[in-house]
Amino acid sequence: MAGSVHSAEAIIIGGGLHGSSAALHLARAGISALVLEKNYVGRHASGVNAGGVRTLARHLAEIPLALASRDLWLRIGELVDDDCGFEQHGQVLVAENDADASNLRERLDLLASHGYVHEQWIGRDDLLALVPAFSPAVRGGVIAREDGAADPYRTTLAFRRKAASLGARFREGVRVGAIRREPGQWRLDTSAGVFNAPVIINCAGAWADRVAAQLGEPVPLQAIGPMMLVTLNMDHFLDPVVIGSGRPLSFKQRANGTVLIGGGRRAWVDRDAEWTELDFRALAEGARVACDLFPHMRGAIVNRGWAGIEARMPDDIPVVGPSVRHEGAFHAFGFSAHGFELGPIVGKIIADLVATGRSDMPVDAFRIDRFAGAPDSPDR
Amino acid sequence: MISMEQCDLLVVGAGPAGMAAATVAATLGVDTVLLDEQPGPGGQIYRSVTTTPVTNKRILGEDYWHGATLVEPLRQSGARYEPGATVWAVSQKTAADPSGFEVAYSVGGEARILQARQLLLATGAQERPVPVPGWTLPGVITAGAGQILLKSSGLVPSGRMVLAGCGPLLYLVAWQYLNAGARIDALLETTPSGRLAQAMPHAWGFLRSPYLAKGLRLMRAVKAGVRIARGVTALEARGDGQLDSVRYEAGGASHTLAADLLMLHQGVVPNVNLSRAMGMEHVWNERLDCWEPAVDAWGASSVPGAGIAGDGAGIAGALAAEHRGRLAALQVAHSLGRIDTARRDRGAAGPRQALARAVRGREFFDILYRAPKEFLRPAGDTIVCRCEEVTAGQVRETVKLGCTGPNQMKSFLRCGMGPCQGRFCGLTVSEIIADELGKHPREVGYYRLRFPTKPLTLGELASLPQTDESIGAVVRLKK
Repeated sequence: MAGSVHSAEAIIIGGGLHGSSAALHLARAGISALVLEKNYVGRHASGVNAGGVRTLARHLAEIPLALASRDLWLRIGELVDDDCGFEQHGQVLVAENDADASNLRERLDLLASHGYVHEQWIGRDDLLALVPAFSPAVRGGVIAREDGAADPYRTTLAFRRKAASLGARFREGVRVGAIRREPGQWRLDTSAGVFNAPVIINCAGAWADRVAAQLGEPVPLQAIGPMMLVTLNMDHFLDPVVIGSGRPLSFKQRANGTVLIGGGRRAWVDRDAEWTELDFRALAEGARVACDLFPHMRGAIVNRGWAGIEARMPDDIPVVGPSVRHEGAFHAFGFSAHGFELGPIVGKIIADLVATGRSDMPVDAFRIDRFAGAPDSPDR
Repeated sequence: MISMEQCDLLVVGAGPAGMAAATVAATLGVDTVLLDEQPGPGGQIYRSVTTTPVTNKRILGEDYWHGATLVEPLRQSGARYEPGATVWAVSQKTAADPSGFEVAYSVGGEARILQARQLLLATGAQERPVPVPGWTLPGVITAGAGQILLKSSGLVPSGRMVLAGCGPLLYLVAWQYLNAGARIDALLETTPSGRLAQAMPHAWGFLRSPYLAKGLRLMRAVKAGVRIARGVTALEARGDGQLDSVRYEAGGASHTLAADLLMLHQGVVPNVNLSRAMGMEHVWNERLDCWEPAVDAWGASSVPGAGIAGDGAGIAGALAAEHRGRLAALQVAHSLGRIDTARRDRGAAGPRQALARAVRGREFFDILYRAPKEFLRPAGDTIVCRCEEVTAGQVRETVKLGCTGPNQMKSFLRCGMGPCQGRFCGLTVSEIIADELGKHPREVGYYRLRFPTKPLTLGELASLPQTDESIGAVVRLKK
């Protein structure tokens, strides 16, 4: 029988932002949590994503969660004793042409019909006044003024540290293998021996389908590596985060002057080797979009590139909620390249589900059984 | 669809290994392209060998001018040589034909892609960083940088010049500067006193080394012309915004020398940025305290179709590099079906013999000139990462906070994230973490390096050819 160091009330598989946030909220609820992380906390997407704290341009089902999470972001220091590098300069979804503009107008109408007002139209002149560096060819856009950005690695570590200070435990370099149901508890065979807990939480990111499959809940998950580039520091020219609408782009200048360029173009990923290969021709597309929107960027020096491995679901929204087959099992994965902002709230949802069996957030759209009967993903 | 330039073999780097490899491969009928960053062939060791204004052959010495003998055969070979070409990415999995490589490079601010069936990295060595207090002051350069100034522009500094450190290059640079009429105020030798005794068991190889006679002659000349301090420790560059003096300890006393130029050197290590970004396996070289790519006797790496020749595959010197280049080229020609096994092996006999001769005596050198620990594992306020101005003390403190590896250290302190992409701090950061944790640097590992391995402008990147696939490879944002 394993000793107490190998057990907890809840074992969280995966030490990314969502696993760390779940650990924090469980610890706050007085539930002993143990995070098992195969590498180190924040190793993949959680540590190296674009850091967008974005409610803008979200799937309708995600909006309530995104808005609730942003409320947590606005007082993130109270939650984790660290400001996480959070800066609130808004986010802008920019229209490059009339087609983009009309799509964005349609989106605003749809949001209005659901009673959402967090996204607002910003006309061309106001947009150019807000960001004079924009090409004069822009046609306006949609702005979420309360959005912002934070430092992803620092954020993940802050959640981990705060969770640990409240009693949650983190074991790094521990790889979970076989998961079996035993009477009243789960048994996890790992690279560091056997662990037991009555509750397990699947926060395993790009590897979460392997956990889910062991629970008899296979999902069509695809491991993706959204690519990012960063420039050397430049004179300040941009406050809000800019995202493309017709052509994908995510673009922001950080406090240190460097410019982060992403937008979802993907690297080649080998999730077993935990290796990515950047696709430079695809990155060149992003470079063209950035240079079109910000002509002065042609001379910017690209210094580094990378891609963090994460999970994408076919419908581009995550799996969040209880197992539909087992007591004492929960999922939070598949954030499809936009999970960072949701980190604070999803940990709370999971902790509420564990502690009380219910959450006051609408999570039905994120059920794991929504893919039942769907064809296997190409990545299986 | 775009048309892409193609070749059988792409060689990166036109130093001795790259020149010799391209020559042999092209001569054997392999369609070969040789890309090199410099405006002319030669690499670092034979830099500017076709253009140097230092035409008096006595100044740079006969070993330097040997490089010229590699250039003419290269020109005759039919290899396509492109100078001024900076390679910044290699892809394979995302290549149009994943059985080969796509190499992205820039010439004159314009990006291009070349398709190659096989790849040979001949990217050579870089100087080991020498993190001592004050090494970032203007007026402090590496001995290698000092040599570049001399070779490419014939510049001989005026003012008070001090050389410090250890390794053959330090003496070579001193000798070349003396030949060029420079005055060197002092050479501060940091080799610890017990080293010669440790190296002696390997002296037999050294005595049969082709470098021995020349080396002794060179050292005699330097000793005759320069004041040499031995057993130097606690080396420090001092000055307010500009070097004005060098402080050190030797013979139990502290000394200060006025200086306008300080050249530092602690040996050379393989330049691993390309090989690491390609995902090649690397091993730790215990004797030289550095990483090197794992290669077989033909220079083949762990990535099929990609080889490494010359000092980039492990430090062995310029003569060895040339022969390793030839061996790698023979293997490429063989694997592409240009020559059979028998012809490859016949062709390899000469270079193998010459290689064995060229590396004779290396152990002796390596042990004698191994960088002392104080230069590998600095402490206190000494800058480790020049780009982000991170100190050794900060790295040590961060390990105490629970940071256990160089990649986490990047996230904590931004060290290794500047334009040098870790070239100046990678080894030091790994050594310091190892020191703090009581681990071996092998266990601590190295920075994960990714393309681009050299900075480029966003405009250059945007100039890459467009394809339907590149436009389509996106995650769409929702409306």
